[in-house]
Amino acid sequence: MSWVSKTLSSTLGRKLLMALTGLFLILFLVVHLAGNLQLLLPDGGDSFNVYAHTMANNPFIKVVSIGNFAFILLHVIYSIVLTQHNKKSRPVAYAMSNEGKSSTWASRNMGILGTVILIFLVVHLKGFWYEAKFGTLPTTMIDGESFSDIYAIVAAAYANIWYVLIYVVSMGFLAFHLSHGFASAFQTLGLNHVKYSPLIQKVGAGFSILIPALFALIPIVMYIQSLS
Amino acid sequence: MILDSKIPAGPVAEKWTKHKFNVKLVNPANKRKYDVIVVGTGLAGASAAASLAELGYNVKAFCFQDSPRRAHSIAAQGGINAAKNYQNDGDSVYRLFYDTVKGGDYRAREGNVYRLAEVSVSIIDQCVAQGVPFAREYGGLLANRSFGGAQVSRTFYARGQTGQQLLLGAYSALSRQVANGKVKLYPRTEMMDVVTVDGKARGIITRNLITGAVESHSAHAVLLCTGGYGNVFFLSTNAMGSNVTAAWRAHKKGAYMANPCFTQIHPTCIPVSGDHQSKLTLMSESLRNDGRVWVPATVTMAEKLRKGQIKANDIPENERDYFLERKYPSFGNLVPRDVASRNAKYVCDEGRGVNETGEAVFLDFRDAIKRDGRKTIEGKYGNLFDMYKQITGEDPYEVPMMIYPAVHYTMGGLWVDYNLMTTVPGLYALGEANFSDHGANRLGASALMQGLADGYFVIPYTIGDYLAQTPYDKIPTDHPEFKKAEKEVQDRIQKLLTIKGEKTVDHFHKRLGKIMWNYCGMARTEEGLKKAKQMIKDLKAEFWTNVNVLGANEELNQSLEKAHRVADFIELGELMVDDALNRNESCGGHFREEYQTPDGEALRDDENFAYVAAWKYMGEGQEEELHKEPLVFENVKLTQRSYK
Amino acid sequence: MNLTLKIWRQKNNSDKGGFKEYKVSDISKDMSFLEMLDVLNEQLTEKGEDPVHFDHDCREGICGMCSLYINGNPHGPLQTTTCQLHMRSFNDGETITIEPWRAKAFPVMKDLVVDRSAFDRIIQAGGYVSVNTGGVPDANEIPIPKTIADLAMDAAQCIGCGACVAACKNASAMLFTSAKVSQLALLPQGQVERKRRAEKMVAQMDEEGFGACTNTGACEAQCPKGISITNIARMNREYFSAVVSNTELV
Repeated sequence: MSWVSKTLSSTLGRKLLMALTGLFLILFLVVHLAGNLQLLLPDGGDSFNVYAHTMANNPFIKVVSIGNFAFILLHVIYSIVLTQHNKKSRPVAYAMSNEGKSSTWASRNMGILGTVILIFLVVHLKGFWYEAKFGTLPTTMIDGESFSDIYAIVAAAYANIWYVLIYVVSMGFLAFHLSHGFASAFQTLGLNHVKYSPLIQKVGAGFSILIPALFALIPIVMYIQSLS
Repeated sequence: MILDSKIPAGPVAEKWTKHKFNVKLVNPANKRKYDVIVVGTGLAGASAAASLAELGYNVKAFCFQDSPRRAHSIAAQGGINAAKNYQNDGDSVYRLFYDTVKGGDYRAREGNVYRLAEVSVSIIDQCVAQGVPFAREYGGLLANRSFGGAQVSRTFYARGQTGQQLLLGAYSALSRQVANGKVKLYPRTEMMDVVTVDGKARGIITRNLITGAVESHSAHAVLLCTGGYGNVFFLSTNAMGSNVTAAWRAHKKGAYMANPCFTQIHPTCIPVSGDHQSKLTLMSESLRNDGRVWVPATVTMAEKLRKGQIKANDIPENERDYFLERKYPSFGNLVPRDVASRNAKYVCDEGRGVNETGEAVFLDFRDAIKRDGRKTIEGKYGNLFDMYKQITGEDPYEVPMMIYPAVHYTMGGLWVDYNLMTTVPGLYALGEANFSDHGANRLGASALMQGLADGYFVIPYTIGDYLAQTPYDKIPTDHPEFKKAEKEVQDRIQKLLTIKGEKTVDHFHKRLGKIMWNYCGMARTEEGLKKAKQMIKDLKAEFWTNVNVLGANEELNQSLEKAHRVADFIELGELMVDDALNRNESCGGHFREEYQTPDGEALRDDENFAYVAAWKYMGEGQEEELHKEPLVFENVKLTQRSYK
Repeated sequence: MNLTLKIWRQKNNSDKGGFKEYKVSDISKDMSFLEMLDVLNEQLTEKGEDPVHFDHDCREGICGMCSLYINGNPHGPLQTTTCQLHMRSFNDGETITIEPWRAKAFPVMKDLVVDRSAFDRIIQAGGYVSVNTGGVPDANEIPIPKTIADLAMDAAQCIGCGACVAACKNASAMLFTSAKVSQLALLPQGQVERKRRAEKMVAQMDEEGFGACTNTGACEAQCPKGISITNIARMNREYFSAVVSNTELV
């Protein structure tokens, strides 16, 4: 085995991949949110449609988005591998366990949280990404140019209360996933320092609340808008 | 047999250097032709096994615990002495030597003690090189403290866990040799007997504690690093598994047992709380650096306290008797262990003890906290205070601690010569298992020093002298002597398992402990000892007819393990009593009430008892034979120890 | 106090094992937990039943030999070793469930006794400074900042009991392994073999079949010596930097 594959098959190497892909996905969330927040601008969706157009046609973004999918896949695959390994490490379970005393619920259930988020991701991609890429889209005119009207698809989806509920609940799961994942990634990378770790913890806690909350805000606002 | 200590002639400071030059050497290429068995993996055992393997010998290391790192050396708290004189306070090898001989009440060999002091400096170097995180000053250099009756600061420490750190250092060196293939490790394996062939130690018989398999191991030399026998008292600060079995088996195979009655009672232990007590917990005597020992000045006050009518903190200053400071103004609370312990016993005997049982004295930090602040005291003793609170449920920052003496260390052990060889050629004893360096009383922070000195810096030289004269030939384990010894072990196991009596092993152990504590403990009398001797004889007879050991040999059987050990403790107990009866003087840890000065201090008899009492086993039911090794003092002047 | 004990009994490594209930009465609050088990064992022996086997030795919280998973916590409800746990932490009439450490790398030998030799093998893989006896520099030759020595000591306090593995939902031995890696990585004496040590010890840890760390922090919360998970971060650092920069193929 080469030293690279040996390292990546060690428990620490696998954890390293989890942490790096996780951190990338965290970064992706920020970018994605910044774009999505344009849905709330009071311009009938023009900014969002322009943004979506740019994203779809920029070669750099295309590469990044392929990377993004790859990282999601890696994150999922390695989590499955690690979970299997961890399960095998304790073949006989305790009859009585008081784990809640010494660790947070989220930290012990990242697999469940991740699975729910993965299911959400499939629904989400089917609803928007797949439609935008392979569906027939309405068009809209902005400053004399023709753009795909993705905003219309989003607005239509968020007029459905069930869809909105799924989104909001999923963001709750994401919040819990991040509440452990954010600081945990730094710990795995070995970035633990008496001066900076408290800051990382705090930023992580803030991030895990703020980002999912803002994501959840979009469908809620758009649903309310759809009522009027 | 005339006991030849093999102390080299010449000035004390040159003996070891000269001896190292004179011992025979084994050629580096030939070392791999010799096998050495090391029993026990504490400081002495682990350091010896590692050092011998580094030299090239093939080592087999045995321990009854699940890992070598569990050995009870790990529990030593306070520190390790070394004559580094880093503090510029007048320490030197000679002073450490002098203090140790004096502290041992002039019952140790000058030659051995000087060597101990001499190699002490190398031990610290070695441990630091291994990565032992000793306490340091802000400047980055090593910190020292004064400890247990020493008037210089020569004690190196790692918080309250010095023994742990030193043992883990030795364990790491041992682990390295295991990885190198030079040491084969046998954990959860108990030594059951020594095998001698033509009068020389050539192997051991062991029992695998998981499978019960009785096995033979052959070698060219056997090292017993099996610690002390304090558990003969049932309650002691030793680990539950600490035992005398290896040493006692060796004794029965011809190794003399020396000064077995010299036991150290440590003054700062947590008092007994009830009959359920399984062991006693020591708190480092460094506590005496800041804590003040006292009891109520009057019996009436003490009675009120015991009944719970008043609290310790309610007792005004003038009603407190700081008895150590009163009796020993110059050393105060820092008098040696035996003196501190005995005085605690006296005040309790007078009825001024403070626990519900009346068997405890206070160790008070009120003044120290007032003087230095709680934070400083916490920094020094935080972990000890926590431990105390954990065990007793009382907070020593608020109320004074209660302490009482407990059996802690045994200065006696297998007789060894200057090479650490017992009276059986090829059989060595290292560390607490031998008798050699502490005389009648061990000074604080000297046990770690001795264990590591023997293992790292003495045996690697002296064993060569013996092996160089031993042929390479290995003795196969199907040799009749091995088979005979195996059979004896198996017979004994079967005997224990088939008695099926009515009492548990612990029942006998507790009874033995009570006899030993009452009659062969802190104070001894001829009458009491004679009584104890008979009681032990009776106990032994009862044990072998009425003990109940359940289960089979071919399994993990903790009752069987204990039964073996207790059977040997009973026999040892009788010898300790014999030795105490023989020694018609008081010295160090051995205090015979008949022999004391008018003000209650130990009264030595240098004229008649300046010797090592080495006992030879004469067979089942026979009285043991006493052999005397006279102690010659050429450098140290014998005086009455005075800490006033 | 009167108590009901639900204890895991298993004859040997190949036996399947199961729980058995016992009653003990007149237990004093001042007893240690192990002394309470001593009482039970005396009773069992008198009745001719095989006593409950459990590991213990120093009974002062330092040798690391005692284990026991008590009421869902390694070493019981307090952050201390089982031998330092006293019955005042329990209530009269309570049922106490006692299990062995559970991990693939810690097979049960009998009842509550497990084999922790995996820890020894991790240390053998590199938990040492390769110096022979003798020939070392003077102890004060290399000054070490007090704060560094203290940090090293914090890590070195590990008693190797395995509570971290028992507490971890993944039965991971990261806290144990990292404590030794950290201690030696911090000290100047450990620098020479720093990279090799990190790589070898991690490899051995994996080989023993321990789980991976998911940073739940349960190990730190349950460690009787309060070993910090900052050591785990340090080991991660040590390992990753060793892997990419080590010129030796380990």
